[in-house]
Amino acid sequence: MSDSHAAPAAAGTEQQQHPLGIYFRIWVLLFVLSALSYAVDYYQFQGYLRWSLIIIFMLLKAGFITAIFMHMWWERMALAAAILLPPLCLLVLIGIMAIEGDFTFAMRDIWLGQEVGREPNPPAHMLDGH
Amino acid sequence: MAASPSNRPIGWEGAVHDWSADKESFHAVPWGKAMMWIFLLSDTFIFTSFLVGYMTVRMAATDPWPIASDVFALTLFGHHVPLILIAIMTFVLITSSGTMALAVNYGYRRDKERTFWLMTATAILGATFVGMQVFEWSKLIAEGVRPWSNPMGAAQFGSSFFMITGFHGLHVSIGVLYLLIVAFRVRRGDYDRKGFEIVEIAGLYWHFVDLVWVFIFAFFYLW
Repeated sequence: MSDSHAAPAAAGTEQQQHPLGIYFRIWVLLFVLSALSYAVDYYQFQGYLRWSLIIIFMLLKAGFITAIFMHMWWERMALAAAILLPPLCLLVLIGIMAIEGDFTFAMRDIWLGQEVGREPNPPAHMLDGH
Repeated sequence: MAASPSNRPIGWEGAVHDWSADKESFHAVPWGKAMMWIFLLSDTFIFTSFLVGYMTVRMAATDPWPIASDVFALTLFGHHVPLILIAIMTFVLITSSGTMALAVNYGYRRDKERTFWLMTATAILGATFVGMQVFEWSKLIAEGVRPWSNPMGAAQFGSSFFMITGFHGLHVSIGVLYLLIVAFRVRRGDYDRKGFEIVEIAGLYWHFVDLVWVFIFAFFYLW
């Protein structure tokens, strides 16, 4: 895929051998992205900003792990397509189950409406003050 | 049509070429690695089913959903730190992925001693992760969280939590055993003749466990 690494793949080498530096760089990057995800919660960002940041950091981390640590970037397209395309079906599952969950909530809201909208109780360790 | 490795087409043209061949489709991929990838693909479907199930019950819950930031908070040096245990667990698992990536690299260099120690370090970090998960589970159970109810709010919180993190923890535990077995076999010289692809295959499994945690961290703990 990328030009600098196309040579070993095209030459049919059987091994995934890459300079160590790239692993260290990705390692640091994953640390930074995790710290940023945690910061989103620590500083209590809310609303669309929170969800978009969480999703962006998550996808970047997942992408780097798959592409570099799992070497998918250097694999031939036949393997990459066979492994990475089927999970896209899961988007359909997510979509129909989101509709289903929404519908169930609407039904419960109609029948148990007075229950909706309460705050959760704090966990025990926040109650007794230790 | 016996294309030699050097003039094989790449990219999408290569995908069509490889799949339409009448023999192996995955060139330059040891069969064990292809099988591990296919296993991981099936595991992706299992974990996604769990996370989608969690999404569905959470969307449908009329009781208030417990706030993960508070539930998984710890008091350190008199300060209330939200989600800190989960953050530490995340860093431990990423670190273990890093040592595993290095182990794969040294494996292909046939540096058995470094490979052994890096894999052992990976396994120790994995065991640390499981240990912290045990601590987390005990704490929640002590606070009355059960798969069928909890004192904070929606009962579905407990069942989703124990099922998703339990299944992930089981993967980590099996991974620790798998890594230790492969590490000892590397040191004993079992792979001297047939090559060190096994280290990369074990690494794929381990990185996948880290990958799943990325999604659990985002959807269960941060959402």
